[in-house]
Formats: sequence, structure tokens, C-alpha cells
Amino acid sequence: MTNTLHRYSEHYASERPAKPEPVRDDFIVFAMATRGLNDNALVEKYRAFLRLALKYNPVNLGDATKGGMLRPRDDLNPKAHWRRDHRPNPEEVIEGIEGHTTVAAVFDNYQDMQAFVADVRSANLGISVNISAPMDEADRCCRETGIPRHSVEYSLGFCGRVDRLPDATVLELTTMCGHGMLSAPFAKKMIDWAKENRRSPTALARTMARFCSCGVFNISRAERILNEARTKNR
Amino acid sequence: MKIDPEKCVACGNCLPVCPMGAIYIDPAVNRARINADECVECFTCYRGMSKEHLNPSLVRAIRRTAQFFRFRFDPEPDICPTDALVPEELSWPRVVRRAFSDPQVPHESTGIHGRGTAEVKTNDVTDRVKQGEAGFVVEFGRPGIGARFRDIERVTKALAELGVEFELNNPVTSLMTDPSRGHIRPEILNEKVLSAIVEIKTNLADVPAVLKKIKELSREVETVISLGVSTRCGGAGDDPLGEILEREGYLAYRGKTNLGLGRVTATQDPPHASRLTPDVTGEG
Repeated sequence: MTNTLHRYSEHYASERPAKPEPVRDDFIVFAMATRGLNDNALVEKYRAFLRLALKYNPVNLGDATKGGMLRPRDDLNPKAHWRRDHRPNPEEVIEGIEGHTTVAAVFDNYQDMQAFVADVRSANLGISVNISAPMDEADRCCRETGIPRHSVEYSLGFCGRVDRLPDATVLELTTMCGHGMLSAPFAKKMIDWAKENRRSPTALARTMARFCSCGVFNISRAERILNEARTKNR
Repeated sequence: MKIDPEKCVACGNCLPVCPMGAIYIDPAVNRARINADECVECFTCYRGMSKEHLNPSLVRAIRRTAQFFRFRFDPEPDICPTDALVPEELSWPRVVRRAFSDPQVPHESTGIHGRGTAEVKTNDVTDRVKQGEAGFVVEFGRPGIGARFRDIERVTKALAELGVEFELNNPVTSLMTDPSRGHIRPEILNEKVLSAIVEIKTNLADVPAVLKKIKELSREVETVISLGVSTRCGGAGDDPLGEILEREGYLAYRGKTNLGLGRVTATQDPPHASRLTPDVTGEG
């Protein structure tokens, strides 16, 4: 599906501000193969892709069949309520790849994303690679890396019963899991907990990340949004 | 999905987790329950929550004690303490809900996971959308509202009248009884899903008219539509679609860019083009 296409920002507000704030901390690079065309040695290619990404400080890595660097656990005990292990585990993502899937790396700045794309190009893996980001930044990356764009897909935002959508801050958080696994009431709860100082924005962002079943949730951006929500009326 | 009343301790953690708001505490029994008509079988509650496997009687006793003294219990918000969520065996047509809502389940008709669309993410090896063409992804129910197939059919029937071409390798198209008229199987029209994507292809010149039509149709449905449109760039990476969208007043800020790094490496004959199955396991 179009999981990373419709990430909400002011640009997609029903009543758009005159100068929407650019999104400078949300860049996704993902790789896909097509059965029968370029899926030979696929596991090695996907692992190579993610290992390259690790050099550039990704804020999340994802395997679409298993999840991201933070995943739910089936074996917690009550100590988790006081001492929860919130450390991301990129190796679990990389080593867990078993075959056909889609893999993604999420970055919170342009420079890391651009450097990664340059590395991926040099690696010549032969699988399809896409950037999901503001279009002007993706275009800039292609020009700086010497890659002519092959195809483009634009998000044109939302229409229909937009009156049923939650507020902008909640949408910014929930649309970072385009499959809709992160519910609006839960995002609102996390915002409220940040305001009430019941958990740190870091812990809350990582809690939300566990619901994204393909690992494209931007933990760093979520932390920023929760931090801002704590002190601003957003 | 159902909640085991023997295990549930009515902690309420699963209520906000449900994307459809289908879980509630039934005051008559003081247990969480699921509104089956609203549940889209996305498995978010079951798979997204961590589990502790605690003894329900013990947890209830602790909760009653804390409640008596008005202590605020502040547990981790994403844990089901007693593993009370139980997946159910789904039969037709309800199984459609999970196929369109749980991104980790492949769609049976196409073998594709998630909402099961490739769009232009693998266009560098499939050449699905060619130069001069536009691919539309019309996603119903996203973000976080959900959609019933009767709403989707209302739009597909109208789009069919425009003469558009529905993508054959698409889960919604596979559920049409007559793609030329946009008719969807009648027994699933009341089924609710987290989201479903209709894919159509036109010439670039038709983009303004199709977008206008979709916007008009969106006023007739009870859900939200997320709209995306794509094309293949020219040899130098030039993009005629961007100019059209700008001219039509769309602020197409965000999107995906296929870098063209894929290449056909298979030594065997590939499957027929209409059967190509990219690994759209939900990402992209």
C-alpha cells in the first residue's frame, strides 16, 4: 500500500496556512524487489541495504513482514512497568529478514539520507529503491547524487469526510504509520501523557513505534512533536 | 477478534489502541468487549500490544485494592496484562476485513500483502506506468476512519462511467464482478475495512478531469479518501505531472521518487506482466 505517501503536515491542512512549515526531519528510503524479475539473492541484498543504512544513523529500520527496530514483546513481566527496555534493536530487523518483503530506512535529516542514497547507488543492488520525502528534497537528492528520477508519485492529501479526522498534531503522529496501526485515541493519549509528564517524549515515541508493523514510523520526529506538544498549544 | 471474559481485567489499555474505536468496557460485566460490526480485524490490539500473561484473579484483586484507596495505577499503556485478546477464525465474507486491514496478511486473490498495491515503486523494472500515463491511487478510509465497500463501489461505478482502466493486479479490482462497470461483489458491500486502494490508469492529459471527478465523488461517501497520482519521468528525470498538478492548484508537497536503480536480473522468463507481484508487504 501507499504506506509512506500520505504523511500529514501543514501542507495538507483543509485550510492551508500561507507558508506551511517545511518538514525537515522525515526522510524514508525503501527497497523492493519484484518476483521473477530481480529477486535473486534477495535476503543478502536486503540485508546489505539495511547495513549500509546503519552507517548513517537511521532513526528506524523496517522489515514490512516483521516490524521495525522496536517491537511488541510477548514475554514481559511486571517489572516492565518500571524498567522497560526501550532500546531499538536494528540487528533484529536485519537478521530477521527471511525472504520477500520490503525494507526501509528512516532518517531525520537530509544529509544522512543523501549520503545513504549515494552509497546505495554505488552498491548496485539491482532492486527498486524509492525516496519518500518532500518532493523538492528528493529531487535535490537525485541531482546531487547524479540519479535521474525514474518515476514520481505525489500525495494530493485528503478529501471526503475530512470533518471526521482528528486534529493536526494527532494526524502528524498517526500518519507516520500509514497502515493505520497507530490509532488516533492512542496518539492523543501519548500527547496527554507528555503534557502530564507521566512519561518522557522519548519513551512515548518509542511506545508508539511498536505499533507500526513495517518500521517506517519516524521515532525522532514523533519525539519532536511530543516535545512541542508538551509546551505549545498544538 | 474477541476478548476472553475469563482473562480480561478491564484495565482499558486496549481501548485507545483500537484504530476503529471498536473496544469498550461493558459496565454490565465490567469486561472489555468488541463491537464486531466496527471491528475491521486489523489485529492491532492483538499484535501491537505486549503481553505479560499474569493471573487475572491476582490482577483484579490488586486493581480493586488500588481503586478502593483511589490510587492512580500508571501502567505501561501498550500492555495487555493477561493476554486476553483472542483471534477468531474468520469466514467469508468477514475474512475480507482482515485481508484489507492487517498489513501482514497477504491478499488471497493476488498473493500480495497489505493493501497490495505496487504503484510506481517498482516501475523501473515493471514499466507499469509509462511516459505519458498517470497512475492514480484512491485510498478509502485512510487515515484512521475506515471504509465500507458500498462507499467504495459508489465511486468505482462512477469512475467506470468515465472509461478509466482499473488496475487488474489490485485487491479491490479482484473483488469486482464487473470491472468494466466498477461493480463489487454484493456480499461484501457492508464489510468494513481499515482502508482499501482503488488503482486506475489514464493518460496524463486526463489528470485534471479525473481529479475533479474524484473530488466530486468524495462528497458522496461517508469516509475519507487519500489521493495519490504518479507518472514515469522523462529520460533526464523531468516530470510533466508536477507541472499539471501545479497548474491545477494542487500543493503536491510530499511523495515518492523511484530512483530507477532496479534492474531485471532473473535468468528465467518472468511471469506475465499482469501477474507481476512486487513485494508490497505494506511498505511504501
